[in-house]
Amino acid sequence: MITESLVLSALLFVLGTFGVLIRRNAIIMFLCIELQLNAVNLSFVALSRLWGIDGQVFVFFVMTVAAAEAAVGLAIIISIFRHYETVNVNNFNLLKW
Amino acid sequence: MIDILFYVFAAVAIGGSVGVVASKSPVASLLFMVVTLASLAGVFVLLEAHFLAAVQVIVYAGAIMVLFLFVIMLLNLGHDYQKDLRWGLASLLSFAVVGLLAGLLSTRLGGSALGGGAGAEVIDAAIREQGAVGAIAQPLFTTYVVPFEITGILLLVAIVGALVLAKRHVE
Repeated sequence: MITESLVLSALLFVLGTFGVLIRRNAIIMFLCIELQLNAVNLSFVALSRLWGIDGQVFVFFVMTVAAAEAAVGLAIIISIFRHYETVNVNNFNLLKW
Repeated sequence: MIDILFYVFAAVAIGGSVGVVASKSPVASLLFMVVTLASLAGVFVLLEAHFLAAVQVIVYAGAIMVLFLFVIMLLNLGHDYQKDLRWGLASLLSFAVVGLLAGLLSTRLGGSALGGGAGAEVIDAAIREQGAVGAIAQPLFTTYVVPFEITGILLLVAIVGALVLAKRHVE
């Protein structure tokens, strides 16, 4: 089951990367990044069956970092939306205003 | 039985993530993401990571997805059905390259060291002895206690950063 989990993790990571590359809605891009983080979590858990429980502790940390990243990223999206009235990243071309 | 369950969960997870990438409405995309996260929690249970499965459902599918939903409703993006999928040669090429990379990684990792490994027995013994929470709390509060404290600081910084970024500027 470990090999199958690694293949599933690779597939989910590819789908997440594909979503980040082809979607232009900032919120859906964020969702796809969360998908990538979950794929990595799955491979951590699968490999912890081989190398001990440390992998599950790393998954715990990855979840915390994902929560912090989601909070800050959504705050940035709100702040950008106030300025441009859209979340389509094609319209974002300034670093500062 | 466990194999059948694994394949069911895997199929639901892949279908859900295809829905995340392909659906037009952000709300539909978000609900597909919840389906994917729930089936990943099922896969975690099959891999004997019970505590992480619970945390996956409570924190990810509960808290973080509700945060996303709040932002979508707050900015009124639920009817934002504009066509933003970019199908073209570049996207197909990127999908092929990343897919090849992932396939290569999974075959390399999957083929190398899967025979032995004492991790499974050690984890099962720890779960029998200390319970599902104790087995992960033991290394978390001994070996990894410094990263754990740093995680607390990270969360504090994230709270302050989100407040500063999202509040209206009063000149």
